[in-house]
Amino acid sequence: MFKNSKSFLSIFATVIIASLLSCNTTENQASGLLNNDVASKVYVKPGDYDEFYGFMSGGFSGQLSVYGLPSGRLLKVIPVFSQDAEKAYGYNEETKPMLNTSYGFVPWDDAHHPELSQTNGETDGRWIFINGNNTPRVARIDLTTFETVEIIELPNSSGNHSSPFTTENTEYVVAGTRFSVPIPQKDVAIDSYKENFKGALSFIKVDDEGHMNIAFQVLLPAFDYDLAHSGKGKSHGWTFFTTYNTEESHTLKEVTASQNDKDFIAAINWKLAEKYIAEGKGVDFPAEHYVNRYDDKTHMATSTKVSTVKVLRPEDCPGLVYFLPTPKSPHGIDVDPTGEYIIGSGKLSADLTAHSFTNMLAAIEAKEFETTIASIPVLKYDKVIGGVVKKPGLGPLHTEFDDKGNAYTTFFISSEVVKWKVGTWEVLDRVPTYYSVGHLMIPGGDSKKPQGKYMVALNKITKDRYLPTGPEMNHSAQLYDISGDKMQLLLDFPTIGEPHYAQAISADRIQSKSKKFYPIEENEHPHRALGEKQTKVERNGNEVHIYMTSIRSHFAPDNIEGIKVGDKVYVHLTNLEQDFDVPHGLAIQGANTSEILVMPGQTETMVWRPKREGVFAFYCTDFCSALHQEMQGYIRVSAKNSNTPLKWSLGLDEEL
Amino acid sequence: MLKNRFPQIVFLFAVLLLTSLFFFPLWKITLLAPQYPEGVEMHIYINKIGGTSPATLQNINILNHYIGMKPIEPESIPELKILPIIIIAFIISGIVIALINNKYLFALWVILLIIAGSIGMYDFYLWEYNYGHNLDPKAPMSFEGESFQPPLIGKKNIINFTAISLPHIGGWLTLISITFTTIASYLKFKSKP
Repeated sequence: MFKNSKSFLSIFATVIIASLLSCNTTENQASGLLNNDVASKVYVKPGDYDEFYGFMSGGFSGQLSVYGLPSGRLLKVIPVFSQDAEKAYGYNEETKPMLNTSYGFVPWDDAHHPELSQTNGETDGRWIFINGNNTPRVARIDLTTFETVEIIELPNSSGNHSSPFTTENTEYVVAGTRFSVPIPQKDVAIDSYKENFKGALSFIKVDDEGHMNIAFQVLLPAFDYDLAHSGKGKSHGWTFFTTYNTEESHTLKEVTASQNDKDFIAAINWKLAEKYIAEGKGVDFPAEHYVNRYDDKTHMATSTKVSTVKVLRPEDCPGLVYFLPTPKSPHGIDVDPTGEYIIGSGKLSADLTAHSFTNMLAAIEAKEFETTIASIPVLKYDKVIGGVVKKPGLGPLHTEFDDKGNAYTTFFISSEVVKWKVGTWEVLDRVPTYYSVGHLMIPGGDSKKPQGKYMVALNKITKDRYLPTGPEMNHSAQLYDISGDKMQLLLDFPTIGEPHYAQAISADRIQSKSKKFYPIEENEHPHRALGEKQTKVERNGNEVHIYMTSIRSHFAPDNIEGIKVGDKVYVHLTNLEQDFDVPHGLAIQGANTSEILVMPGQTETMVWRPKREGVFAFYCTDFCSALHQEMQGYIRVSAKNSNTPLKWSLGLDEEL
Repeated sequence: MLKNRFPQIVFLFAVLLLTSLFFFPLWKITLLAPQYPEGVEMHIYINKIGGTSPATLQNINILNHYIGMKPIEPESIPELKILPIIIIAFIISGIVIALINNKYLFALWVILLIIAGSIGMYDFYLWEYNYGHNLDPKAPMSFEGESFQPPLIGKKNIINFTAISLPHIGGWLTLISITFTTIASYLKFKSKP
């Protein structure tokens, strides 16, 4: 016995030593490989989590996609501006009001720029905002549920592109118009542009609950207001917008709007704007728009009409707006983490312009004005300039920053990202992108605290990067390691729609707050059924309300009779489950809408208008359990004038 | 003086440990399966049944219904009403006995608590047996010869689940209470009158 245990011990020891040795050798091999082996830098072991949540705009899909970084794994697509049949967003009765506008129901938009909420200039993981460009809107997504909870429409705006960039405590998200229009709208000749058109920049106040309201709009000349970023640190209190078409042209803009050597950056002093509003300088303009809010307790959205906005006009508000001349048709505008430098990327310029905030204040103080346009002082270019990056590439678009004082700028035409030093303006490194990069993103790269480990290039052209899928290809994104001196390409992955801008945040700022299910006792949906005993069917004329529940693996009730052709049937399904990741879906044959997909503790409503007599099946669409295939029921539809009694049941001997 | 008081103080302290049963679960049954990486953990208190989430019991009942196990309904388990009364009786009588400071009463209290604990464990076994064997013949899934009775204490594989049954904080504190009241009684008997 003793002998045995001794030999057992010695074997045990040998195994341990051997495994230690083998560990050592593999580690040595691995570290040798790691320097070259980019795969291991993006490899997230099955079951492990990514370091960052990446949020990429869905562009013309209207949605927001969520990727894990560095793996590039798609985690979720959040429906925002477009109907999504998968999640019944914009199809079920609860979320239809989210897509309501002053033009009625608009089931699509062009989503461009996601922007995380910030506290003290740092991303805080509360919400993410994104703009709808076409029918101007800004949405807010709650990052505990990853669902769109608010959409505000922007009046007096057209092409909501310089949007929704936040101030450093999310006091405001801004929304500038790309296209100038008659304000208020009226029927005028297009060639009366210079006389009748204006550009409005909206400041949307975000309160502690995240609710958005337009605090004021600033009415400016009829330029195109392209992009924006707010100041931070020393420049907190200002927001900067790039402009093009300072020529105020209205046709063949590719030529006519590219004539001026310099366009402007519009610097808005929003703290002063608050003072002017308090002094009553805001003029009420008619501006019908809708604010749509989703409530996590009622599980319903409501759409509220607002009729006017307060408008500030530069002629009434001295010091509110200054123009900073910037070469040439500047696109992106990015403020470095210290708040000192305002980088305007003149997309038709050979150089990259960095204005100095300190110089700007001094120029304002000394009244160093070149001229005045529509009561707005134009500051002298050589008095505000802080530095120029000479001939870094062709077609600069956007800049993000790391935490080591470096900036990274995308070049659309030369299809590359160039790394340069803030302050010395020297070019440090360049990498190609595949192909024609638009925006780029570094986690926290537009905040006061960038995390300069990774950089993602978001490209406009895909061509041969992946297996061909017919004429239309998903756009590609590339992930680079930027922790060293040289940028290193790690990963190439397809995205949904067109990813314009993106944001990323450390997973730990969101992960622990992510909701697992909705507590059913908090469900305040007016048509909830908080247990099978509360299920029922009610008729009121030709309107029928079915209060239904789901729990593994049945619906209650699952046999319903007395429905008639021509009825308008509301099926209110409450998912009684209280466990993580147990949604139930519901689909009815012939319903002229999508399924509904109900999260645990939630109630959703499908409207169904039966068209034919017969018995129609309904079933659970989300494989919920071992008896998911059995999770089905029947609804009997009788003729319009029949007198089939209304009845409902579950099981042979169960009464509901 | 303090030395003479020592067994009495230990006894009183150990009796008061039983009050923890009103705050902490007596027992826990953990179910592990691939789809439940965090496990489903049911907590048995002297007066209620809970778990790591307010919905634990519902989730366990959902799992159990596939094999036709009766739903666990705390309101239909009389022990959850009786046990608190018994524990209060033990605490009050324990405090009184500690004040009387009589070695025979010490011993009697300990023996009664051990008997009550043993009956409790037997009763727990009967409930487990009942849930594990008294299955609805119309259940969607039936497994010939398989027992669904969770273990009284320890680990057992029940179809795709591993069930682990162990005392929780309240249970451990009760065991400590028994141990210390036993020690107090022993010291009391040993000490000179």
